[in-house]
Amino acid sequence: MLQKIRQIIAFLFFCIITLLFLDFTGTLHAWFEWMAKIQFLPAVLTLNAGIILFLVVLTFVCGRIYCSVICPLGVFQDIAARIGRVKKKLPYTYSKAKNVLRYSVLVVFVALTLGGLTSIAALIAPYSAYGRIANNLFAPIYQWGNNLLAYFAERADSYAFYETEVWLKSLPTFLIAVLTFIIIGVLAWRNGRTYCNTICPVGTVLGFISKFSLFRIEIDKEKCKKCNLCARHCKAACIDIPNTAVDHSRCVTCFDCLKHCKHDAIHYRFAYGKKEEAAPAHSDASQPKDKGRREVLAGSLLLLASAAKAQAVKKAEIIKLDGGLADIIDKQAPKRQTPITPPGSQSARNMQQHCTACQLCVSVCPNEVLRPSASLDTFMQPMMSYERGYCRPECTKCAEVCPTDAIHLIDKAEKSAIQIGHAVWVKERCVPLTDGQACGNCARHCPTGAITMIPSDPSNPESLKIPAVDTEKCIGCGACENLCPSRPLSAIYVEGHEVHRII
Amino acid sequence: MNRRDFLKIVGISTAGTAVALSGCSPKESTETAAEGPVPTGKMTYRNFPPSKDQVSILGYGCMRWPTLPAPEKGGNVIDQEQVNRLIDYAIEHGVNYFDTAPVYVQGWSETSTGIALKRHPREKFLVATKMSNFDRSDFESSVQMYHDSMKKLQVDYIDYYLLHSLGNTGKRSFQTRFIDNGLLDYLVKEREAGRIRHLGWSFHGSKEEFDKILAYHEQVHWDFIQIQLNYSDWLHATRGNVNADYLYEEIAKRNIPMVIMEPLQGGRLSKVPEHIVARLKTRNPEGSVASWAFRFAGTKPMILTVLSGMTYMEHLQDNIRTYSPLKPLTDEEWQFLLDTADLMLKYPTIPCNNCQYCMPCPYGIDIPGVLLHYNKCVNEGNMPQSKLDPNYAKARRAFLIGYDRSVPKLRQASHCIGCEQCNPHCPQYIDIPREMQRIDQYVEKLKQETL
Repeated sequence: MLQKIRQIIAFLFFCIITLLFLDFTGTLHAWFEWMAKIQFLPAVLTLNAGIILFLVVLTFVCGRIYCSVICPLGVFQDIAARIGRVKKKLPYTYSKAKNVLRYSVLVVFVALTLGGLTSIAALIAPYSAYGRIANNLFAPIYQWGNNLLAYFAERADSYAFYETEVWLKSLPTFLIAVLTFIIIGVLAWRNGRTYCNTICPVGTVLGFISKFSLFRIEIDKEKCKKCNLCARHCKAACIDIPNTAVDHSRCVTCFDCLKHCKHDAIHYRFAYGKKEEAAPAHSDASQPKDKGRREVLAGSLLLLASAAKAQAVKKAEIIKLDGGLADIIDKQAPKRQTPITPPGSQSARNMQQHCTACQLCVSVCPNEVLRPSASLDTFMQPMMSYERGYCRPECTKCAEVCPTDAIHLIDKAEKSAIQIGHAVWVKERCVPLTDGQACGNCARHCPTGAITMIPSDPSNPESLKIPAVDTEKCIGCGACENLCPSRPLSAIYVEGHEVHRII
Repeated sequence: MNRRDFLKIVGISTAGTAVALSGCSPKESTETAAEGPVPTGKMTYRNFPPSKDQVSILGYGCMRWPTLPAPEKGGNVIDQEQVNRLIDYAIEHGVNYFDTAPVYVQGWSETSTGIALKRHPREKFLVATKMSNFDRSDFESSVQMYHDSMKKLQVDYIDYYLLHSLGNTGKRSFQTRFIDNGLLDYLVKEREAGRIRHLGWSFHGSKEEFDKILAYHEQVHWDFIQIQLNYSDWLHATRGNVNADYLYEEIAKRNIPMVIMEPLQGGRLSKVPEHIVARLKTRNPEGSVASWAFRFAGTKPMILTVLSGMTYMEHLQDNIRTYSPLKPLTDEEWQFLLDTADLMLKYPTIPCNNCQYCMPCPYGIDIPGVLLHYNKCVNEGNMPQSKLDPNYAKARRAFLIGYDRSVPKLRQASHCIGCEQCNPHCPQYIDIPREMQRIDQYVEKLKQETL
């Protein structure tokens, strides 16, 4: 019964959290963003005392329910483990706790986080690790499915679905997601919750608390016949039958053991009612090792990179023929001295310290502006670039979804007053000077009116106009950079501000 | 008119007929047969002595041939197989006039038309092509263009040869392109030699230019003139153009036969708002919306042939039906269409006929794509004027999602830099950059929800 309830709730949590990463329209967040916000690490990074307290109390009362229900990576492992043990009768065996490893990983993790290298630490953080898997591996599949529906909708003259572009946002982050998926997936497939009980910093912290939890799994020594069935079904490998003991720091309260006991000897109950000291029985170390050969997932999930199609612009024909489309060269990202972080992130430093690199904002950015950073100090954290779109004035999606408040915005008005960077003009590439054509597309699209068109020849007011940027008014949204006709590099681009300013 | 719209119209007309007929014989399913077979041998022909040509009133415009989805780089972009099929079908059903030009369909129209026509006896068809010397009008390259046309069409004489799109001033004027370089004299000599059987010109432009060129009739003797004529342009020609009633009367006065282009305004007279469809259907439930426009274009006596750029077989079949034989409009019907044109003025579509003369835009914009999407939304009522409009949310979604579907983001109006290189090419004299910026501003308002 308990196990079934746990499974149902866990499944719901898992599906909805996954959908948060898949739903590029951002509609689900209106109802379910709390599911991302109650994740342990985001709550810690936000210093959200309410949620931290809730999770600590929950663990203290019920054990590591969090790991079995709320954590999407935990449930993901349960799913992998379930597939892995389909043909195994007795899938798991007890193993000793690897406390030295657990606590040293936790120490390193905390040190990295405090040292501001949150993004590196986040490599092993459960929620963001799952976020990267969902964003990099599941989202493209979801989007292709959506595009198929959009294809049919278009033919049915319906506007129910629209097409979205699937593109590789960052190769390093993609590879990390693939690696995480394979490593954790294979570990879970073969041995259940290995990651949770050796590496996961959240697991270690909650495990420490759950040692003392009020309700926990207890073995009734009188009834236990030491048949070992429960231990052989414990994916956390935490039931030590020879000693009739349960390692509560590793037990994720999945309740799987309960149904396997034929003698009614194992229960989930209040632990401090009656205290019995068990005489440690002698353990025989010769436990049969059931090393069923399992096919290891051959991770050949290679997503095709959006084919690099750098075409040359058609040379002007001698005779202009009618029709056809000129080739368009893809834009390239300029070298920015300071990376641009989204409005609401306050500063590069704030972002670096508070972001778990879960990719929720990247998943939801409708303008294809956000992508994971590849630089080491902000690895996998969101970074802005304007080759595919620009930070549109009506959108505050990233701030709406951010579970750690690394991106914090109140409304659109506030956004339009935050300088995240400023535009820089590149004379050598400006179309009025290179092509001799009137342009001014940057000025026409500047939402704050920061660009004025001035004569390129000061002595001739009729000469072709070039843009002049008023950096006091520029907010760094990238409309100018994105809509600049100069390709592959724009003639006007945005340099980030380390600390955002309010105008 | 794209296929979907066409089928929709055909669908409506079939349904209408089905209902009408089922009244008499309710048991018979007439759904598919209602349109009846496409008539053969009933095409209306026109003849203007001294020419001996019997010209089918339906002429094939070769500007809108179906193109391949992924043509080879640098190769023919036209779907030759389709062209062969369409031309065979047209000839079989009495069409004998084929109008092309060196610049059509990225320069491939003459080649493809030539390949398809070559499969028929030369006396079975009349071919028309043009001198499109817009950018390079020196004598040598112009004559080169004339010879290339014969080569590409695989013919040794051209039945109807046109000075392409006169009416501009300045560098692209009649004076520069044909008089100053002595080209007109050369073409007149070619006519004397029999390699050009009829010499004429096509026109888009101002009254002054028209009068001037028409006056050359005294010296040159124009065999025919090609004008834009339809029930919308009869009294309401767009900016920079002359009303068709004036053009027709002036030319008819001189007894010169006329070839009609844009009878359907590039499909704009078949893609009309719903209540106009209802209005036309009420008068003639069995006829297509397009058939009204074609009957209008063919009604006047001095019309030699009416050109239609039929991309799809269904277009061709519908037009063959309309013209086999042509039932000229009565005076009352004529007035009915002029009244319809007045009603349509209330829908401010942009007069783009999708001729593609503006393309390719050097900055990659799909100009006709943007304009046609805009027109579609105007006609379908998906142009909310305020957030308070009752259908605002639905119309906004239809406009924005439809926009991304019709035109890839990188080819949308927001990328127009306003260089105005397109403007001189537009025969409808649309100020393209201005329209692009207007549409872009509207899109911004929709996106930001600030209407």
